[in-house]
Formats: sequence, structure tokens, C-alpha cells
Amino acid sequence: MAGVAGGGGNGNDFQWCFSQVQGAVDEDVAEADIISTVEFNYSGDLLATGDKGGRVVIFQREQENKSRPHSRGEYNVYSTFQSHEPEFDYLKSLEIEEKINKIRWLPQQNAAHFLLSTNDKTIKLWKISERDKRAEGYNLKDEDGRLRDPFKITALRVPILKPMDLMVEASPRRIFANAHTYHINSISVNSDHETYLSADDLRINLWHLEITDRSFNIVDIKPANMEELTEVITAAEFHPHHCNVFVYSSSKGTIRLCDMRSSALCDRHSKFFEEPEDPSSRSFFSEIISSISDVKFSHSGRYMMTRDYLSVKVWDLNMENRPVETYQVHEYLRSKLCSLYENDCIFDKFECCWNGSDGAIMTGSYNNFFRMFDRNTRRDITLEASRESSKPRAILKPRKVCTGGKRKKDEINVDSLDFNKKILHTAWHPMENIIAVAATNNLYIFQDKIN
Amino acid sequence: MKVNKTAFSLSAHPVMSELHVGTVALQCSPSAVFVWEMEDKVISPEKAEEAKLKARYPHLGQKPGGSDFLRKRLQKGQKYFDSGDYNMAKAKMKNKQLPTAAPDKTEVTGDHIPTPQDLPQRKPSLVASKLAG
Repeated sequence: MAGVAGGGGNGNDFQWCFSQVQGAVDEDVAEADIISTVEFNYSGDLLATGDKGGRVVIFQREQENKSRPHSRGEYNVYSTFQSHEPEFDYLKSLEIEEKINKIRWLPQQNAAHFLLSTNDKTIKLWKISERDKRAEGYNLKDEDGRLRDPFKITALRVPILKPMDLMVEASPRRIFANAHTYHINSISVNSDHETYLSADDLRINLWHLEITDRSFNIVDIKPANMEELTEVITAAEFHPHHCNVFVYSSSKGTIRLCDMRSSALCDRHSKFFEEPEDPSSRSFFSEIISSISDVKFSHSGRYMMTRDYLSVKVWDLNMENRPVETYQVHEYLRSKLCSLYENDCIFDKFECCWNGSDGAIMTGSYNNFFRMFDRNTRRDITLEASRESSKPRAILKPRKVCTGGKRKKDEINVDSLDFNKKILHTAWHPMENIIAVAATNNLYIFQDKIN
Repeated sequence: MKVNKTAFSLSAHPVMSELHVGTVALQCSPSAVFVWEMEDKVISPEKAEEAKLKARYPHLGQKPGGSDFLRKRLQKGQKYFDSGDYNMAKAKMKNKQLPTAAPDKTEVTGDHIPTPQDLPQRKPSLVASKLAG
């Protein structure tokens, strides 16, 4: 596990500053531009985003410029392509959205970069490669491609490679289709770098990256009688080091850890993680807000983190009966659950992420706020992604939400929060303190302050 | 707000009985009123919200087969009558997003046989992401 540069890996010993924002400024947000996933690659040099319009945009970090020491490597557009298109399911008369649900990078093995992107039904493996040379001096054709008359060729020459303007090409190398009846919510690349899993509401499939016409079903929770359905799979992930272990979370707030060595069909879990609930505190909302929207292993592989509607929990894989840490994201919303149910916000699926050293965790909230928790100092901070505080290297001011009538200066009342401005997707650079925050159709990048 | 949303767990709900306890106590005797007031004080914000919801939608969760919620989740997306219906809806959406040619060119229905010049220009279906600048 790599050490974190600049600050020991926690979220709060230093200050976060604005670095960049990408995306349209106008208030009218086109549905297709809404960012639906954000993911750094293994080195952190590439940052991929997917949107509701089925497009992928990849940003690349600039090499640090010695003559401009303050520019800590900006992320500029490297490649963009249309990954998925809308389709129509003729059998069910339903539209298959082109929205990119998840992007996962493969570890880099050669000069090209590979990523998996998925919508509700189809996963695609994309190869992103650079071309900066082209051959000149062919014998059989002209420079503009026209074939030369072979009888007029009197001498042979060896074509030479000449530099050209960098061209970044994205091509689909594999299409993994028709394996999911329900909507895919997760994909996860295995540590063996050969296989990956895809999970929908009721099933999880195992694929080999080279084979598209076959996948193995490893989890199936569909009941024989659909009337008996009580929970669905909400997220799944492979263990970062043990290629036989994966976890999946459910809408009932439980996590199951499965070992593929124990049986081919992992319907029976090896470990079952659930926090006991006080039955007297149960309400209509209990189950809805306990539904886990994201599960992520720590880089160390020792812990995993789950996000439910109001909190983030860190679990020790060796302890199934309760989490080791619980962080409240926006507890003030507990007294607003009725209206959040009415406007459907209670069903929002927030993601969460670890920093490189596993010392800090981050997740999003409403009003374009996002929260960071330092696991060592137990300090937390609320920051905002907004154009107002987007001057270069401007330090982000901590935000605070108040619930009572007395509002201090710089605080915002819970009733004034904008529930349309939700930060569902965030990503933390694997080694440095650089974070990417997706605020609807804008992508913000923040970095720690350079001294 | 979809009024027929339910949480499937509601049918086996312990809180229902607790809400009844308060009202029963009130009917029993004056000494039981104190118990009811105690219940009132310790109602969590969550339960207060639940009461609010029940007041607004009294029929919520009374349907049997608690998996309505999940079933709705499993089948997300708008249902179309058939692929023709779907393609018409998409074409309408595209026409709204991208300005079409002059209005008289779009009036190609019923009255006369269209010729290629009459039909609206085919717009490219791919629009680049605004993130890409």
C-alpha cells in the first residue's frame, strides 16, 4: 500500500483548495450531461467520467512543469467517446438507458489503457491508445493513400516513421452482453487481472476478460416466487488481494462475503455482516434508509466501508456483528424523512471512497456538500463544490448546517438546502490528496494546499 | 411523488402496535394518560416523520405483498407500447433538443406523398459531452 504524499493521508491536517472545474456553466442542465460515475485509474494519472448520455470523458494529468511550480499537474481532456447508446428491449417494451453506471479501470500492462464501462445491461471493454507516429514512404501507395501504378515503381524504399500530432483513439475491444435480466449496478475487476464480476439486482456473474459469449453465475438471490422477494443486491466488489473473495451488499443493510473456493454458486455466504437494530426504534423508513448504496474495500483489504442513506460505516472483515466505525453524514435529515420520501430523495444512491492510505474517507451529500472523515483523529469536515469558491488555489471554507432557529453566520439552515444539488459520485486519487467531485454536470477537482 | 410507493417491510411492522398503545391508554383511565404523554416525549424524529407520512397517505403500505417497492425498482424505465412507439418518442425528443429545419418542411403528414427534399435533415445523433470542452 503506497504512502500518501503530503500530509500523512488524512483529510483534515491540511486545507483543501480548488483546482479545476469542468463542465457547462449554464443553469439549464441537459439530462445527458449529468455525470453518473467518476474513477481514477491505478496510477491516478487518468480520471474517467461517465454520464447519462452514455459518453465517457477521460482526463489526463499534465506533467508537472518546473517553470510553473504552482500548477500541480492539471487534468486536461485526454479522450472522449460514446460508450453506450440507448437501446430498446423488444421483449419487454422497455428502453435500455445509455447511462454509464460504472467505470472500472484495468491495471496497465502495456502502453495502452483499458477500462470497463457498463450501462444497465451491457459491459464494454475499451482500449485507449495513443498514436504519435505515422509511416511515410510506402512503396505501393501515395502519401494521400492512392495506389501507385506498380509498373511505374522503379526503386524500393523502406518506409520511415515520422512524428505526428498526438491522437488518442478509443476502441471497443470486448462487448459483454445479454447476461443480465435486471439492471447492472456494479462491476469489479478481480486482483487476478483476468476476471471481473458484474452484479444486477438479483444476480452476480463472473466473466473472463477475454471471453464474451460466456459468463458464470456466482450469486442468484431470485426467489422462486417473486412475491417473496424481500431484498435486492445493491453493490458488489472483489477483494483487492484475495482473488477468491468478494462482497455484496443488500437493500436491507446487510453485507455478505463470499468465497469462490467454497462452492461454485455462492448463494451461501462465508460471512454475514449486519448491525443489530434496536427494534423499538424501527419505523417505516428504517429499511429504506438502511439500504446500502455503495460498498468499498479499503486498499489494505482489511476493512470495508458501506454507505447507507444517513451514514458511512467501516467494517473490520473479522467482525461480522457490527461496524468498527460509524460516521454520520447528515443526521439532520432524519427529521426530514417524510419530505425526502415524497420527493424521492430518500432513494438517492450515494457513493463513498477511501484515500490512498485508508486514513480518511469521503462521501457526498446535498446542496453540493461533501464530507470527509479522518479515521485517526476522528475529525470531520464539510466542504462545498460551487462556482463561487472556484478561484484558482482558493482554500475551501468548511460549511456547517444548522437545524435550529438560531443560524450563525456562514451556516446554512437545513430547510434552505438544495436537494437537487446532490453529490453522489466522488473519487480520491490512489496516492495523493487530489479528489474529484461530480456535482450534477460539473466535475470539480480539489487538491491539498501546496506550501 | 408516486403515491403507490411502499416499503415492503411495512406489513410486519411493530411500530403500528406502539401507536395504538398510546390511544388505548387514553381511552382507559386518567392515570394512563401520563403513560401516553411519556410515549409522546420519546418519539424519535424518525417516528414523527412516519406519523406525518401516514397522515398524508393513509393507504400507504396497506397493500399485501410487500415487495411492491422492490418490484417497482426491478422494473425501472418507461414502458412503451412497442418499438415504433419508442422510436416516435425518441424522434420527438430529438426534435425538441436540436432545432429542425424550417417549419414547412416538418409538415409532412397525410396530405401529400413526401419527397426526400421535404423530409427534415437528419441530424447527427452524437453530441459531444460538454466536459470535453
